[in-house]
Amino acid sequence: MTLSVAVRHAFPGFDLDIAFEAPPGVTVLFGRSGSGKTTTVNAVAGLLRPEAGRAVADGWVLFDTERGAWLPPHRRQLGYIFQEGRLFPHLTVRQNLLYGRWFAAKGGPGEDMGRIVEMLGIGHLLGRRPGALSSGEKQRVAIGRALLASPRLILADEPLASLDEARKAEILPYFERLRDEVSVPVLYVSHSAAEVARLATTVIALQDGRVLRQGPAVEVLGDPTVTPLGARGAGAVLEAAVVRHHADGLSEIEAGGVRLFLPRVPHAPGSRIRVRIAAHEVLLSRKEPEGLSALNILPGTVESVRAGEGPGAIVSVRTAAGTILSRSTRRSTEALGLAEGMSCHAVIKTVAIAPEGVGGA
Amino acid sequence: MDWLSPEEWQAVALSLRVAFWATLASLPLGVLTAYALARWRFPGRQLLNGLVHLPLILPPVATGYLLLLAFGTRGPLGSLLQEAGIVFAFRWTGAALAAAVMAFPLMVRAIRLSIEAVDPKLEQASATLGASGPWVFATVTLPLVLPGIVAGIILAFAKAMGEFGATITFVSNIPGQTQTLPTAIYTFLQVPDGEASALRLVVIAVVVSMAALLLSEFVARRVARRVAGA
Repeated sequence: MTLSVAVRHAFPGFDLDIAFEAPPGVTVLFGRSGSGKTTTVNAVAGLLRPEAGRAVADGWVLFDTERGAWLPPHRRQLGYIFQEGRLFPHLTVRQNLLYGRWFAAKGGPGEDMGRIVEMLGIGHLLGRRPGALSSGEKQRVAIGRALLASPRLILADEPLASLDEARKAEILPYFERLRDEVSVPVLYVSHSAAEVARLATTVIALQDGRVLRQGPAVEVLGDPTVTPLGARGAGAVLEAAVVRHHADGLSEIEAGGVRLFLPRVPHAPGSRIRVRIAAHEVLLSRKEPEGLSALNILPGTVESVRAGEGPGAIVSVRTAAGTILSRSTRRSTEALGLAEGMSCHAVIKTVAIAPEGVGGA
Repeated sequence: MDWLSPEEWQAVALSLRVAFWATLASLPLGVLTAYALARWRFPGRQLLNGLVHLPLILPPVATGYLLLLAFGTRGPLGSLLQEAGIVFAFRWTGAALAAAVMAFPLMVRAIRLSIEAVDPKLEQASATLGASGPWVFATVTLPLVLPGIVAGIILAFAKAMGEFGATITFVSNIPGQTQTLPTAIYTFLQVPDGEASALRLVVIAVVVSMAALLLSEFVARRVARRVAGA
């Protein structure tokens, strides 16, 4: 099922005008706060009525202002995971989980409660009320509640944004499992590059109410002209396979025939992973460097050099492992004489590959 | 109950009946009004708000007189209702109407405050999970508002038990018909040897009010604990 969305809505001082396609898998609306992500998701959910637009999937019309069609939210068969969880405080965890099922069409394709509870690890919480749960537990219950409503579409509005780093690391794997084990398409809002790199099948990069670019995650994140968070947030994503874990705490991975080392990842040898490499952690060298402490040195060709308005520049390098972005100063790219088509080496420190940017593919 | 004279007992029983029916009958309208004032934006909202609060500010005698004008047997509403067989003037039902009108602002205020405290985001969440408007209200709003409704009921009941001015103006002070606890106390104080009777009724008023207050505290705390989730 491919969801096709178009939303046009004028706020005081801000115009939203976007259109995109969400194919199966996780589609991430990626951009700064205020770029129109939540408005878009709320329009799809029916919580906000846009001035114009449509959301249609395989003949299933959620709304279409041109045809005057508008399904009220309770008839859209959604599972909406909110940033703040929004669990019902007067109901137990079990009652919260079963809330949507109560209204879902009888005899529909229901998710198995036991399977969801096990996947999310919330079996021991069923008898409690939300007031007694930690923030991470609440968010897991909120995910379960959305899944058990037998949704045709899952919406998630920055579900991790209110959590600290440790809780994020706890919840992210559940979203990866959601992507891999549940066949329902997911529309996911995020302003975190690491989350996008780990979860997204498709990325819709938004800026100031417009779509900058949409497409497969590896392509969009590897495009140096698309930096919805600004150059500081840029970073490409490599798809790799885990080769083996070494005794010294490093994991060896392979991407396009190139071996790379990174801090130990939890994934088993043989499994496919995605690794986000932040652009400011990548050095470039014209000659093959020698006597350098960095373990990862990838030969490649300069694809583009893009200077911004400030002193910085982003260089995109095509390597056998995939496109890598490097952020440096304009002065140094000029000193190296970097230009399109030139060969160079990308240098990545092992410890610079952050664990929150590594996830199952 | 031989420590109460039949006349005193009659007044207590009548007051309980009046307060019970006044509270019960005005509750649905009270919840609806509170919800409308808390959530809906409509022309005339301020007017409705003022109208609801009027009995709180107006001299009770004035409220009683207005009720008499409207619901008396020759009043526009009174004569209409009389044809339908409903009479308020100089009946216990009239005392209940007066008590309900006087207690209404207290009930609406308590319920409205608790409705305003309910996060509309929870109601949105309920809708996205498939609940239509009435179901959202029944399964999310109403349970969360329950402490406020309980508080409103108890406040209204206590006010209805003690209503004096509007009642005596609207339906007078007829033993067995419209003589409630406060009007009976007033009557006993007017006769030379009535002070003992008045005192006994005052004690009952204190006990009933305290019991209502404690009950409301108890219920509110239980509901709050459930919601807090311990």
